[in-house]
Amino acid sequence: MSDSLMAPAGGGSAAGPQKSGRGLLLGAYFDFIRIRFLTMLAYRVNYYSGILIYTLNIGVNYFTWKAIYGGGESLGGFTGAQMTTYVAVSWMARAFYFNNLDREISTDIRDGSIAIQFIRPYNYVLVKMMQGLGEGLFRFLMLMIPGMAIAMLLFPVQLPTELSSWAGFLTMLFFSFLINSQINVLTGLSAFFVENNEGVMRMKRVIVDLFSGLIVPISLFPGWLSKVLEVLPFQAITYLPGSVFTGRVQGTGIWSVLGIQVIWFLILLLPIIALYRAARKRLFVQGG
Amino acid sequence: MNAIEVQDLRKTFKVQKNREGLKGAFADLFKRQYSEVTAVKDIHFTIPQGEICGYIGENGAGKSTTIKMLTGILVPTSGSVKVGGYVPYLERERFVQEIGVVFGQRSQLWWDIGVIESFQLLRKVYRVPEQDFRKRLDELVERLALQDLLNRPVRKLSLGQRMRCELVAALLHNPAILFLDEPTIGLDIVVKSEIRDFLRDMNREHGTTILLTTHDLQDIEALCSRVIMLDDGRIIYDGGLEELKQRWGTGVEVQFQFGTPTKLPQLEQWSAEMPVSWTAENELGAKVWIPRDLNVSDLLAKVVGKADITDIKIIETNTDDIVRSIYQSGSAEKPAEQTAADQDGKEAVHV
Repeated sequence: MSDSLMAPAGGGSAAGPQKSGRGLLLGAYFDFIRIRFLTMLAYRVNYYSGILIYTLNIGVNYFTWKAIYGGGESLGGFTGAQMTTYVAVSWMARAFYFNNLDREISTDIRDGSIAIQFIRPYNYVLVKMMQGLGEGLFRFLMLMIPGMAIAMLLFPVQLPTELSSWAGFLTMLFFSFLINSQINVLTGLSAFFVENNEGVMRMKRVIVDLFSGLIVPISLFPGWLSKVLEVLPFQAITYLPGSVFTGRVQGTGIWSVLGIQVIWFLILLLPIIALYRAARKRLFVQGG
Repeated sequence: MNAIEVQDLRKTFKVQKNREGLKGAFADLFKRQYSEVTAVKDIHFTIPQGEICGYIGENGAGKSTTIKMLTGILVPTSGSVKVGGYVPYLERERFVQEIGVVFGQRSQLWWDIGVIESFQLLRKVYRVPEQDFRKRLDELVERLALQDLLNRPVRKLSLGQRMRCELVAALLHNPAILFLDEPTIGLDIVVKSEIRDFLRDMNREHGTTILLTTHDLQDIEALCSRVIMLDDGRIIYDGGLEELKQRWGTGVEVQFQFGTPTKLPQLEQWSAEMPVSWTAENELGAKVWIPRDLNVSDLLAKVVGKADITDIKIIETNTDDIVRSIYQSGSAEKPAEQTAADQDGKEAVHV
């Protein structure tokens, strides 16, 4: 992947150095993706157990929902078959968008290694996002695809056959990653302001898993709560893409779902920039 | 031209106060109390290009805080900093292209990947053209003998090996100014002197300006023509190392070994008109303390002809002692009239 991107812009003309300079930095950002990918691959046991855990999670949720449905026709607009697919798809999507950027950032801040990050001519948050993407790509290729294959053998999961659904889903999945990582970055940066942000991180994790619709689809929440969740960013992580992929949202509705994701991505940039700026001012490197 | 200009630089941290007891802990839950700690108090100095300057002080004196402000990591509370023509915290990304930084206690290499991969990544991060990078890397690798380490993962390196790699990492983009925060901490004597030689050569060949904090005064003696000494956030000495020794080194100690027993009163009588003080170690050994303004040879002339001397050793006050006594007194300003009075105190250090 990186080889084509890092190819040196040979024979630099007058305008050359500037351009190749920017190209090099871009190459560096792509390298962060590649290196994280390779690092993940190096921890083999984690990898195999990951496939198992994701398949188990789908299984547990599948049987739970099967019991809840019993003989019933539909719940919150989901048929039993749709629910099965929804569960499988949302766990698989989670494999891609999930990362520990919040923990990584707050560790950097708390042990003071953030100092090293600030002596380099790059943007720290962007580098973290790239590393998160490397992790996401690893999970997507090495966990999600094999995990999904196993899940399809074991449970009656129905995936759409049209190419457009897939293209739409993958695009939305990328935005799920962006929004979830933005929330993680915000959570991580909070370590600048509170001495111990362990509680904040745990709260974030529960909120994202619950309010994104991973555990229970949002349409099953009480009316007032789903109204509230509709104006929060979490539904854009799991529930909305999942609804599209299971065929509950179709046609032009798909565009509005994508639009909601794009809007949340843009909105969440603002607090990150504000927090990063404020953090720079009050940065206090631990350990002298 | 000045590489570093610092004026009235101040950094204040807000530190959380934890109140005592259960009641205090509950009170903290609702309303935090903060106290302000000033780590650097309105310091002022300039460092010309090409100088190697030592920045010393006790733990907590504010050295690292200063370095962090100079490298753009921390934003100063007040005052102005200019490094290589940049205001570090304002134009951080552009500024850090021009400097190299080594923190002895933190690694800037990536733990999980090979050394050479870390270098390649840094090449891209710092936007160094491939040819320049090759040339520079070959030079550094040869100079620091890293050939065998390049393909090893960083986590498998020893501290000495890692520190040499850290130096390469900080220098790959050929910075004009190099900041070293305790670069020799925890290293053995061989690696220490290798690193010192290397830094001296760097300074001579490339004119690299170096600002170095250390607790090892041998680093200072080997490298620095100038020392800035910090105590409790204030600069208490800024000047040449030789001057510091002259001003604070109170004198020279000479040790004698005699062939035949020689009595102390005898020795004192020979040097009666000189303000020196003798101490006997045993019958065959004695040492004499000579204040700096006296000539050692004058004293030797008085003793050598008369006593049966088998060995003479002259011991200069070393920098360690000087710095220790300055830390203890908290000031490098030594009023002239106090010099004599200080004598006894200083002697205690030597005995």
